[in-house]
Amino acid sequence: MWIRMLAVMLAATLLLIALLSANPEYRLFMPGLLEGAVLTVEITLLGAVLAVFMALVAALAKLYGPLPIRWLSTTYIEIFRGTSALVQLFWLYFVLPQFGVFLDAFLVAVLALGLNIGAYGAEVVRGAIISVARGQWEAAIALNMSKAQMLRRIILPQAFTAMIPPWGNLFIELVKSTSLVSLITLADLTFKAQQMNQSTLKTVPVFTLVLLLYLAISLTVTIGMRLLEQRASKGLTRARVA
Amino acid sequence: MNDMPMVRFENVSKRYGALTVLDNLNLDIGRGEKVSIIGPSGSGKTTVLRMLMTLEAINDGVLWVDGEPMTHMMQNGKLVPATTKHMRRIRAKIGMVFQSFNLFPHMTAMGNCIEAPITVLGMKRSEAEERAAELLDMVGLSAKKDHYPSQLSGGQQQRVAIARALAMRPKIMLFDEVTSALDPELVGEVLQVIRKIGREHDLTMLMVTHQMGFAKEFSDRVCFFYQGKICEQGAPAEIFGNPKNERTRQFLNAVLEAG
Repeated sequence: MWIRMLAVMLAATLLLIALLSANPEYRLFMPGLLEGAVLTVEITLLGAVLAVFMALVAALAKLYGPLPIRWLSTTYIEIFRGTSALVQLFWLYFVLPQFGVFLDAFLVAVLALGLNIGAYGAEVVRGAIISVARGQWEAAIALNMSKAQMLRRIILPQAFTAMIPPWGNLFIELVKSTSLVSLITLADLTFKAQQMNQSTLKTVPVFTLVLLLYLAISLTVTIGMRLLEQRASKGLTRARVA
Repeated sequence: MNDMPMVRFENVSKRYGALTVLDNLNLDIGRGEKVSIIGPSGSGKTTVLRMLMTLEAINDGVLWVDGEPMTHMMQNGKLVPATTKHMRRIRAKIGMVFQSFNLFPHMTAMGNCIEAPITVLGMKRSEAEERAAELLDMVGLSAKKDHYPSQLSGGQQQRVAIARALAMRPKIMLFDEVTSALDPELVGEVLQVIRKIGREHDLTMLMVTHQMGFAKEFSDRVCFFYQGKICEQGAPAEIFGNPKNERTRQFLNAVLEAG
């Protein structure tokens, strides 16, 4: 039912974009904005992959690693959660070259945003793992599983379901923080909008379209996560209470 | 080695901080023996099973299983604390059924029963499924093999849990208040399955129970626990018919009064 509502919202947003584009005042900006939107989506997708990977590694390291690894993981999480994403972008893009390390702007965008969201995600993953009922660990011990087998086959699949909604939040956060990359020369949706606004001063059409385009991207992410949640919660809906 | 009992608790103590849960326990369980543990809550009876399943570490003493130390291992003729590897080798002989079932909710009944045989014992899938099908049939749930735990009643879930434990071919089965979380009308079906495996499998069985009728009829021996010690033990007829100890008498009276 939620999904249907979200789908209607997405359809309405797209329809609105289409209707506005019928007006030449608006249509003028669409090709450039869509170009920017493609870059925004690319950074979001790659950043999300990196974020999920980092979150999983950092959470497992923090929970089950030997002490030095736990320290390392905690340090990563606190640095990337505790400083601004914008500063992280600037640091990788403008400070690292001072030490002779030159990274491509696109790579910096994916790295900084992926590591930033991954640090938040690590706590999501950790929380989901420890929220799995203790009885599940005990049953796995009684079946003589090794720790790795328990995690892989019993605990993580259940934690996975619990972490989908918070990941949905983080991915949307990620979509929005991609607008920061316009400040390190990347021509994303926000960059294109500012550029067009400055050159034409058509503030209303430009920023209305940009708003709707971001909304369309976010709604797509939300719908995707809801579908994933539905699939993953098979069998888990009632048992979680017990 | 065969003259050793199946399970031996040798001077085993368990403490949580200042609280002594089990105080210097000595208890032997013979091969194929069926022992019921009864007693008021907080008497340490569940802890006995949990220590045996390695869910709780012991603070003192040695736990022996099938003639070998489990909590310890022999090294140069001396007992040293066991490694995880050693503990897992011995633990393979033990299966456990829990009060709250603890089925894996993301797997079907069949999935629950083949998971550990495949991942732990390295069985082929077809072989594991064949064996699981037999066990699910034995607990009367062939028709439910593709159901998820959330689609099963408590009694059915507990019967799947029993089949899952048996799929690992244990020598010892532990039952921890396995009917306590069930609606009254579902208790019978689970007890019937336990009776059946008692008859058909050559298992050593250790159960903590509040079903006095079942303990009386099913077990070879009943142990009454009180404040972390075995207060009285003996044949069920003796314990239930003619308890010697005042505490036992009080407990049984209280339980019988509650119905």
